[in-house]
Amino acid sequence: MTLGQFWFIVIAVLWTGFFVLEGFDFGVGILHGPIGRDEAGRSAAVATIGPLWDGNEVWLIVAGAAMFAAFPGWYATMFSGFYLALVLLLAALIVRGVSFEYREKVVNPRWRHTWDAALTTGSLVAPFVLGVALGDILHGVPIGTNQEYSGNLLDLLQPYAIYVGLTLVLLCILHGATFLTLKTTGEVSARAARLAGRIAPITALAVLVFASWTHATAGRGFFPNVVEVAAVLAVFATTWLLAERRDGWAFAVTTFAMATSVLAIFVDLYPRVIVSTGATGTDLTVSNTAAGSYSLKVMTVVLVVLLPVVLAYQSWTYYVFRRRIGQRPAE
Amino acid sequence: MSNVDLARWQFAMTSIYHFLFVPVTIGLSFLTALLQTAWHRSRRDEYLRLTRFFGVLLVINIAVGVVTGLVQEFQFGMDWSVYSRTVGDVFGAPLAMEGLAAFFLESTFLGIWIFGWGRLPRRVHLAAIWAVAAGSALSAAFILAANSWMQHPVGYKINPATGRPQLNDIGAVLTNPVFLWGYAHVMLASLATAAAVMLAVSAWQLRHGAHGDVFGRSARLALVVLLPTMLFAMLIGSELGVVEGRYQPMKIAAAEAQWETCQPCSFSVFQIGGGRNDETPTKVIAIPHLLSLLATNHWNGKVDGLNQVQAQYEQRYGSGDYVPNVFIQYWSMRVMAYSAVVVTLLAAWGLWLMWRKRMDTATWFLRIAVWAVVLPFLMNTAGWLLTESGRQPWIVQGVLLTRDGVSPSVSATTVGISLAVFVLLYGALAVVAVVLMSRYARRELPDARPSDDEDVSERAFTY
Repeated sequence: MTLGQFWFIVIAVLWTGFFVLEGFDFGVGILHGPIGRDEAGRSAAVATIGPLWDGNEVWLIVAGAAMFAAFPGWYATMFSGFYLALVLLLAALIVRGVSFEYREKVVNPRWRHTWDAALTTGSLVAPFVLGVALGDILHGVPIGTNQEYSGNLLDLLQPYAIYVGLTLVLLCILHGATFLTLKTTGEVSARAARLAGRIAPITALAVLVFASWTHATAGRGFFPNVVEVAAVLAVFATTWLLAERRDGWAFAVTTFAMATSVLAIFVDLYPRVIVSTGATGTDLTVSNTAAGSYSLKVMTVVLVVLLPVVLAYQSWTYYVFRRRIGQRPAE
Repeated sequence: MSNVDLARWQFAMTSIYHFLFVPVTIGLSFLTALLQTAWHRSRRDEYLRLTRFFGVLLVINIAVGVVTGLVQEFQFGMDWSVYSRTVGDVFGAPLAMEGLAAFFLESTFLGIWIFGWGRLPRRVHLAAIWAVAAGSALSAAFILAANSWMQHPVGYKINPATGRPQLNDIGAVLTNPVFLWGYAHVMLASLATAAAVMLAVSAWQLRHGAHGDVFGRSARLALVVLLPTMLFAMLIGSELGVVEGRYQPMKIAAAEAQWETCQPCSFSVFQIGGGRNDETPTKVIAIPHLLSLLATNHWNGKVDGLNQVQAQYEQRYGSGDYVPNVFIQYWSMRVMAYSAVVVTLLAAWGLWLMWRKRMDTATWFLRIAVWAVVLPFLMNTAGWLLTESGRQPWIVQGVLLTRDGVSPSVSATTVGISLAVFVLLYGALAVVAVVLMSRYARRELPDARPSDDEDVSERAFTY
C-alpha cells in the first residue's frame, strides 16, 4: 500500500467517524423539539450531547485539515468548487454551535425558542449540505484541465447528490433517535423510541435505494459490494431491534449503518477523489492530488502516535457521561 | 472590487474577528486553571467561586472562537485554491497536526470540564481545565508555525516537476526563528489580554458588586500576571521585529515609512501625511537611534529603505510593486506599541496601589481599568495587521504572490455574497457574545457549593 492509499483510507475513516459521532448529535439537534416537547424535555435532550458535540465536530475539522495536508489538490478543488454550499454549511454550524452554549444562558422563553430554532435548522442543514457534497464528488462535477472546478452552483444540485443529502439526514435522525432512546429516561425516552420505530422502515428503504444508486453512479456493475450490503442489512436490523426495545443494540446498529453508508461512498470513489464530468483524464485521483512522500511520512507518524490517544480520551468521555439523563422540573 | 480584494477583505475580517476571541480563550483558560488550582490547594471557597465565575466567561468566549475557527480552516481552500494546491504539502501539515494534537484535546476536555463538576474526582476535574489550557496553547503553536512559514518559508524544496514547494524538513518548520519568537510573543500577549479582561471585570465588581473581598483576589492575580507578561511581550516583540526585519525588510521599513536607507535611524512618534504617494511625510518628534535599536539591536544599525529593497526585489523577482501598504504598517505599529505602553503603565500603577494596599478602593484606577479592556484587543489586532499586511504583496514571502493564490473558479460576486453573509452573522454573534459576556461579568458570584442534585450538576454552568 502506498502512503497515498493509506491517507485515502484515513480520510474516509475521519469522515466516517465524523458522521457516526456528529450524526447522532445532528439527530438530537433536529429532534430535541418534537421529542422533548416541553422545556424540561428539550433541555434533557440537549443535555445528552452537551459534553460531546464539540469533540465530535473536531472530526470534521481534522478531516478537512487531513485533506489539505495529504491531498492539497483534492482540498483546493473541492472547497473552492463547492463555495456557496460551504458558506451555507459554515453558517449552519456556526448558529448551531453557539446555540448549545447560549440557549440556557438567559432565562427567557423567546431567547430559548430562538436558539432552539437555530439548533434545529443548523442540525438539518449541515448534514444535508455535506451529504450533497459527498454525493457530488462521486457523481462527478465539471473539472478543467488545471484541476480547478469549472462548473457553477447548479452543477452541484444533481438528483443523486441531493438524494445522498436526504439519506444522510434521515440516517442522522434515526441515529439521533436511538441515541436519545438510550440516553434519556421516562417519557422523553419513550417518545424517542416511538419516533425511531416509525422512521426506521423509511430510512431502511432510503438506504436500500441509496446503496443501489451509489453503486450504479460509480459504474461498478449490478451487484452491490459488501459495505453497501452491510449498510442495508444494518438499517433493516434496526427496525426489528427497535420493535423489541433492545435500545443498546439499536444504537450500535444505527452506528454501524451510518458508518457503512458513508464508507460505501468512499469505497466506490477510490481511486478517484473527485470524479470529473469534463474531459477524460481530468478526474482527480489519489495519485494526482497527493502530497509528497516526506510530508505524508511525517503526517503518518503524527497520526499513528496521536490518534490512539485521542480515541482513548474520547472514549473515556463517553464512559464518564454514560448515564441516562432525566428531566429536571422546570424552574 | 476584484475577487482578490474581496477574498483579502474576507480573510482579514474573519481572522481579526476570530482573534478577538482566541487570546481570551488561551489566556483565560490558564487563569481559570490557576484559580482552580488555588482552590484545589487551599480549599478556600472564594477561589472556587471565582473559578466558576470566570469559567462561564471562558465558555461563552470559546463558543465563538470554535465556530469562527472552522471558517478559517475552510477559507484556505474556498478563497485561495491556488495557494492551497501550491503550498498544501508544507502548510497543510501543521494544520492537520493542530487538529489531531490540539483541537481534540481542547474541545473534549472542555466538555469534560463543563459537565464534570461533582461527577469527577477533584484532581481529575482540575486536570481537565489544564488540558483545555494545554490544548489552546498547542493549537496556537501549530497555527503560528504555519503562519510563520508564510512569513519566512523554510524546510522545503521546489519540486522540479510541479514547481511547487515540498516539505523536506519538518524540524526546520517547527524551529523557524519567526515562529519561535512569534509564538512567545503571541502567548504573552494572550495572557496579558485575558489578565486585562479579568482585571476589568474585577474592577467593575469591586466598585459595584457585593463581593469586593473575593474580586480583590482576582484583581490581584490579574495584575500580577499583567505586568510581567506585558513587559516580556514588548521585549520579545522587539526581538521579533529584528528577526522579521532580517527576512522581510519591507515590513520593517514600511513600519517607519522609511523610503531611503538610513544609518543610524530615528523613530518618529507620529507623522503627518505619508502613505503610498507621499514619501516625505512630516515626522513629528524623531527619537534618534531608536529605529536602529528596534530593527537591528544596534545603536547605529542600518535599515534599508523601501526604495532600495524595491530595487533589490525587482532584480530578484522581476518587475512589480513589492511595497506593502505603508500607511497601515506605520500606524498599526504605533497603535500596537502605544496601547501596549498604556496597558503596562496601568498594570504598574495597579501593582503600586496593591503594594500600598489601596487598590480595592482606588476609584480612579478601578474606573480606568474597566475601560482599558479595549486596549489589548486594539494592540492584538494592530499587531496582526502589522505582520500580515507587511507580508504583502506576497502570500508566501518570495514564493507566491497573493494575487496569484486566489481561487480562479470563484467569482467576485460569490466572494461578495459570502462576505455579506459572514459580516451579518459575525455582527449578530458579536452583539450576542458581548451582551452575554457583560451580563455575566456583572452578575453576582455563584455559590461555592455545586448542588449535589445530579440533574443540576448536568448544567452546573447555566444557573
